[in-house]
Amino acid sequence: MKPVFEYSRGMREKELHYCPGCTHGIAHRLIMEVLDEKGQLGDAIGVAPVGCSIVSHQYMNVDMLESPHGRAPAVASGIKRVHPNSPVFTYQGDGDLASIGTSEIIHAAERGEKFTTVFINNAIYGMTGGQMAPTTLIGQTATTAPEGRTVAQAGYPMRMCEIISQMDAAVYVERVTVTSPGDVRKAKKALERAFEVQEKKLGFSFVEILSTCPTNWGLPPVKAIEWLRENMMEYYPVKQFKCPEEVK
Amino acid sequence: MAEKKLMKGNEAFATSAIHAGCRYYFGYPITPQNEVPEFMSRELAKAGGYFIQAESELGAINMAYGAAAAGGRVLLSTSSPGIALMQENLSLLSSVELPIVLVSVMRGGPGIGSIQPGQADYNQATKGGGNGDYHTIVFAPASIQEAVDMIYKGFDVADEYRNPVMVCADGMIGQMMEPVVLPPEKAPLAEEEIGNVKPWALTGHKEKRERNAINSVWLQQELLEEYIEQYWPKYVKAENELQDWEAINVENCETLFVAYGSVSRVVKEAMADLEKEGHNVGLIRLKTLWPFPHKAFELIGDNCKNVICCELSMGQMMKDVEAEVKGKYPVHLINRVGGMLLDPVEVVERTKKILEVK
Ligand SMILES: Cc1ncc(C[n+]2csc(CCOP(=O)(O)OP(=O)(O)O)c2C)c(N)n1
Ligand code: SF4
Ligand SMILES: [Mg+2]
Repeated sequence: MKPVFEYSRGMREKELHYCPGCTHGIAHRLIMEVLDEKGQLGDAIGVAPVGCSIVSHQYMNVDMLESPHGRAPAVASGIKRVHPNSPVFTYQGDGDLASIGTSEIIHAAERGEKFTTVFINNAIYGMTGGQMAPTTLIGQTATTAPEGRTVAQAGYPMRMCEIISQMDAAVYVERVTVTSPGDVRKAKKALERAFEVQEKKLGFSFVEILSTCPTNWGLPPVKAIEWLRENMMEYYPVKQFKCPEEVK
Repeated sequence: MAEKKLMKGNEAFATSAIHAGCRYYFGYPITPQNEVPEFMSRELAKAGGYFIQAESELGAINMAYGAAAAGGRVLLSTSSPGIALMQENLSLLSSVELPIVLVSVMRGGPGIGSIQPGQADYNQATKGGGNGDYHTIVFAPASIQEAVDMIYKGFDVADEYRNPVMVCADGMIGQMMEPVVLPPEKAPLAEEEIGNVKPWALTGHKEKRERNAINSVWLQQELLEEYIEQYWPKYVKAENELQDWEAINVENCETLFVAYGSVSRVVKEAMADLEKEGHNVGLIRLKTLWPFPHKAFELIGDNCKNVICCELSMGQMMKDVEAEVKGKYPVHLINRVGGMLLDPVEVVERTKKILEVK
């Protein structure tokens, strides 16, 4: 009998350390499923960030390394020069990509680097315990914005897809979420297209996944999903910003 | 015999790297090393390699990290403030045991400083500014030929020790022209060969081995302690095997100079003048800054009365020399800083003053 559901070959048989209700695990699995289905687990090279997913190389069954905080796009650029035909991806949180690493991500996008970035936007610094991120929403509380983020003090949250899609060489840009089975399927499709863009060497590909951090949002898992849908999706619209004809 | 070619320092450095089989270079403009990225942007692609003008020195050294992790032979070059920015990665590259060669063309500091030659990055190079227990292996050339040879050999040392190697040239050596004999051209490692030669490299596991993970974070401190203790012996080995220096009349001299880099050439000229006037002088020229050439100081003979350190800093090298001679001889400093240079006349005059006062 054909099994309906299996452990993904892309995931190593390790228990995830992520908190209950955290969407890092779903994002990991989707990337690995996509690479597995493309037959590329043996070729892929991943770059882990500094953030809760720093040890994602313990879970993903592909060659990986840890980047210094924010520098993953530069690291991936170097890897891609040595292995131009291998699928290379960075996996980065919002503190990593949208704060300390803005220079690296913008310039990698601008150079049209032929790797894929998966951007995990949970509107908070998860690993360090819930400080304000550049993506923290106005009014959202954080340990460094205890009364809630204000425009006067911290300006507006950064919309990375909107920024990246300004760059001509960033040819595939999509924002997805993984808060319902339908959204998970759409997210997987987006990742498939992103890796196809990379394989066809069309340019830089970027997928933002709106994610939950129940622990630092101070919400139980189901409430965290509701909060994401009600608050984040309004400011961060889930949509495809750019997609080349070749992968439509 | 290979023919001699008149070359500018920075271009010779880059050529030497290409001859050593380096095919990856990442750079960011900063004087006085700009000829390196300029040369690489013209020449590396012709040799089948890759050049990226990075967004910053942080970008450059992280590209180098990626390329080295992927199994490539990588050169970086920058100058003083650029090295300051790269320190996080020097610590990281050491922690994950990856080889790269980094040319530091030192200028005057601190801060943005001056663009004239300097040696005030001695501590930056040898003591590092990165976090944690690690060392960078540091060579200090005194001529373009020596720089070319050190860069060429540096790639093998970096591979053998799986550690960053820095070649500390001052702006003088980067900018001047001298005849050099270039070392023979080595073929670069082919992409298909990387997995065999560097089994730790990220090549994709090809479903043939466990996945490789290059990690620098240790959430269990017991394991990090174990890991450090496991790699530390290579630094002990480096201290034993890599110390390098040039010794002139060290056993017999009364006045011993200690210097490195372009300053040692000035000192040699000053020594010739001092000898003519009847002074008994000697020189230890450091060719490695880390490991510090302790063994050279064991050669000092009974005649020695004064040790004079000549350097373009406020005495950074002198501190290491003082630790070495342990109070047996008075240690003096002849220096200029901020991008100002020493010349033989000044060294002679200041030496005579030191010897008179005694
Ligand atoms: C240079 C440097 N600065 C700061 C840190 C501390 N640090 C670790 S994780 C992190 C934030 C991660 O947040 P994010 O990228 O949003 O990832 P998340 O944990 O939310 O997935 C910070 C600031 C570090 N490791 N290195
Ligand atoms: S702290 Fe937040 S981002 Fe980190 S594992 Fe927990 S829920 Fe996930
Ligand atoms: Mg985050």
